[in-house]
Amino acid sequence: MNKQTIKCVVWDLDNTIWDGVLLENSDLKLKPGIEDIIKTLDRRGILQSISSKNDHDAAMAALKSFGLDEYFLYPEINWNAKSYSLAQIQKNLNISMDAILFIDDQEYELQEVKSVHSSVHCMNACEYRSLLDDPRLIPRFITEDSAMRRMLYKTDQLRKQAEAEFNGPSEAFLASLNMRMIIAPADEHDLQRAEELTVRTNQLNATGKAYSYEELDRLRQSEDHQLLITELEDRFGTYGKIGLALVHMNETCWRLKMMLMSCRVVSRGVGTVLLTHIMQEAHRAGKPLLADFRDTGRNRMMNITFRFAGFRDKFTEPDGTMVLEHDLRSIPQFPPYIDVVVQQ
Amino acid sequence: MDYRHVIREFIRDNLSIEHEGAAFSDDDNYFELRFVNSLFAMKLVQFVEQQFGIVVENDELDLNNFCTVNNLVKFVEAKKAKEAG
Repeated sequence: MNKQTIKCVVWDLDNTIWDGVLLENSDLKLKPGIEDIIKTLDRRGILQSISSKNDHDAAMAALKSFGLDEYFLYPEINWNAKSYSLAQIQKNLNISMDAILFIDDQEYELQEVKSVHSSVHCMNACEYRSLLDDPRLIPRFITEDSAMRRMLYKTDQLRKQAEAEFNGPSEAFLASLNMRMIIAPADEHDLQRAEELTVRTNQLNATGKAYSYEELDRLRQSEDHQLLITELEDRFGTYGKIGLALVHMNETCWRLKMMLMSCRVVSRGVGTVLLTHIMQEAHRAGKPLLADFRDTGRNRMMNITFRFAGFRDKFTEPDGTMVLEHDLRSIPQFPPYIDVVVQQ
Repeated sequence: MDYRHVIREFIRDNLSIEHEGAAFSDDDNYFELRFVNSLFAMKLVQFVEQQFGIVVENDELDLNNFCTVNNLVKFVEAKKAKEAG
């Protein structure tokens, strides 16, 4: 399956979203069709941001007058180098550079960004009409989560502000969120989102293997597999369906074939919660627990999660997959700051 | 560099053990004292790497190296000694 997807489009403003230069011209006109493009990308769950050398307040006011201001997350409207702006957006969204498409009308800016971030995708603004047909911008499914993705990130922005204003240990901040995590067997209507998660998730992804809808549907109904999906919410609202795990229940052992958590919840420390649940269940079933880990170059955090939860090397598969084992002699409790609801 | 002091400070700022009024010694296993989430684990590894300029290899990602202040100090000292040697 093709994993080359764009998660975020970063737009320049002058002569890219609108014709003309804001600070020289009071009579700006949107480029023909641009409004439809921005709104369509938004419905597809593609995030959008701005990198523009402009006066911030004037530019936001212009966007507002076009009714487009709400569509952009973490806009960078200032006089910094665009490579710096891109780095800020990337950090704020917690996605990788190669999941960003940068659009600008000036070849100089495209080159400057590319020279610092070689993996970022660049496009000259004159090609903007091809955007909606670009396969990198056409997800296989539009899920409930993708349609509300921008809102999910907006809520995250509020959480980040609250965190920045919070004094005390980071753990105490987590406690102030009143988090609730629901762990449930994946239902048929979860499968599109489940496939999407296997394609989109990098950092907390144990194997990096993408699963298709059909595969997941088969596994969901298989007698000897458990496909679990988790949802997280807190006092700010829901994070959506953010975690997935696949357990193969053998005669002699349980084997965690896949486990992942959306990059949006990495800072919530909930990866370990799902892992703890599976450890508890394996223990209850009286089976040893194995877990697959494959180094993708991006998922070190998952490796650390496993090892710090007490997993150790067991053996390595011929394809390089490391198989880890937990002796289940000591299983951590769920953290006090999160309410875990397990549905059967 | 005073590894011990810096490490203790990091643990204190990220886990609320002392905040809750409990003392912990340099031999206490904070992974056993309380639930330690994946975020803290990642931050701890990154902190050790950046602060002391070392790279933690896969086979060193052993909980034992990281679970007490004393073990972590020992681990960092051994890494630094290996580098210097």
